[in-house]
Amino acid sequence: MSLDRTTVKTIATLARLRVADDHLDALAQELSTILHWVEQLREVDTDGVVPMTSVAAMTLRQREDVVTDGGDRGAVLANAPSPIDDYFAVPKVVE
Amino acid sequence: MTNALTGLTLAAAGDGLARGAFSSVELTRAYLDAMAAARALNAFITETPEIALARAEASDARRAAGRARGRMDGIPIAIKDLFCTEGVLTTAGSHVLDGFVPTYESTVTANLRDAGAVMLGKTNLDEFAMGSSNMTSYYGPVKSPWGPKDGKDLVPGGSSGGSAAAVAARLCLGATGTDTGGSIRQPASFCGIVGIKPTYGRCSRWGIVAFASSLDQAGAMTRTVEDAAIMLGVMAGHDAKDSTSMPLAVPDFTAALGAGVRGLTVGIPREYRIDGMSGEIDAIWRQGVAWLEAAGARTVEVSLPHTAYALATYYIIAPAEASSNLARYDGVRFGLRVPAASLDEMYQNTRGEGFGAEVRRRVLIGTYVLSAGYYDAYYLKAQKVRALIARDFARAFESVDVILTPTAPSDAFAIGENTDDPITMYLNDVFTVPTSLAGLPGISVPAGLSARGLPLGLQLVGRPFDEETVLRAAAALESAAGFPTTLPTSASDR
Repeated sequence: MSLDRTTVKTIATLARLRVADDHLDALAQELSTILHWVEQLREVDTDGVVPMTSVAAMTLRQREDVVTDGGDRGAVLANAPSPIDDYFAVPKVVE
Repeated sequence: MTNALTGLTLAAAGDGLARGAFSSVELTRAYLDAMAAARALNAFITETPEIALARAEASDARRAAGRARGRMDGIPIAIKDLFCTEGVLTTAGSHVLDGFVPTYESTVTANLRDAGAVMLGKTNLDEFAMGSSNMTSYYGPVKSPWGPKDGKDLVPGGSSGGSAAAVAARLCLGATGTDTGGSIRQPASFCGIVGIKPTYGRCSRWGIVAFASSLDQAGAMTRTVEDAAIMLGVMAGHDAKDSTSMPLAVPDFTAALGAGVRGLTVGIPREYRIDGMSGEIDAIWRQGVAWLEAAGARTVEVSLPHTAYALATYYIIAPAEASSNLARYDGVRFGLRVPAASLDEMYQNTRGEGFGAEVRRRVLIGTYVLSAGYYDAYYLKAQKVRALIARDFARAFESVDVILTPTAPSDAFAIGENTDDPITMYLNDVFTVPTSLAGLPGISVPAGLSARGLPLGLQLVGRPFDEETVLRAAAALESAAGFPTTLPTSASDR
């Protein structure tokens, strides 16, 4: 699959990643090269193969459904770039 | 200059502390001095001398009271800056984590701290552990203490390059690393040290900045196999905070070391003899076979038929998981924020400015292979091939106890090389990625020097949760190789 600059722009928007317009062509070329390379997997016969979703042979444990943590507003907000009072603050979303 | 204290192994330093030959404060000061003298290597992003000395004093006080906590108590170590450390800047080598000071400690570093280990500082790494050279770090490349060679500084490998350089240059007795596709083993090979990536699930991933969650695993980087066994024993263990952490007791890894390899069957995978393999890599591999045979092991050829597809599989799965994991860096809750008029623009500006070129590339590839219409063709296909790669290993381990391969396809290259084409750089991990995809334990042991006088490592791979056999065979290899234990001469000039 070869990607053109429009597709790269769409992916970048999906990924919420600002990409300068004058980088789009070079990036399209780079990403196309990588995609072309990974497409060698098409050669592999995977009919009937169950996709590997877990590395270790184990079932996920379930813990008791009780509160074990939380209520630590100071720690949660300690690294916020610009908190207001006890909240994370972002540019206005809803008028 | 090396002094007597920085010339020790971790095991010998532990014995010296136990005997009272020196204190942890004396040991720690020797390493802090060594770090200060070697700043040109750029191995550390953050040095933590106050924390180090406070922990060393506490260790000495415990020991004086007869309450020493074991062989890591009072031992100065370095921590890869991918582990969250309470109250200490944690960067993941990225601009996007500017100013991030965790309010919690990762489980692995908490285990080390609770065992009395002394943190000297946080080591440099490729941004978000994405790289094989340390050149993608926002904080600049690390120089290998083995360089310069032919007038050029060398990479230490990556992504745990700062940790590898620090251990090789005697700036610490051991360091933590993380390995997603080879990030412990390849830099260990380049720097002439031991690096073990245990089985996926052996060490908790809680508090480690996530790259690719189904592959990431913490491990130990040290100068000897025994040191790796001691350090890994403290790092490992079940953790309820990581649902993929295996509820298994941690064996005494050092107990396995003296057993030798008599009675072991060692597999030599024929598919690892790749086209264009350098003669000296092939030669060191053959030498490794001969060493293990001379020590009493039986070697047999095994087949891992899907080896050739491992890198392509990895470069779908790892970016896919990374694009998902890195969605959290949006300028809202921590790290860098690049202001904008709207929320969406703030996300885009923050991520566009905060991520370097390699991270951007992987986030975009990952987003693409997970996007509607392409998921089955790329991601699902890769998960199926991954299952076949894991099956290859499972079949091989029906007839062998451990597998021997080269660690990396070359010795260290110069800073700035291999950057024209991302795929050239990805090829560094050709021998380590299959093990990562299968979740198996792997170790790199320094085996010899290349024609250019640079370290070459050999890799041993074992069955799931059988680090003991891996370490046992590694000890035999180490003893046969008699790898130079003296500092590379250039490092002491820095």
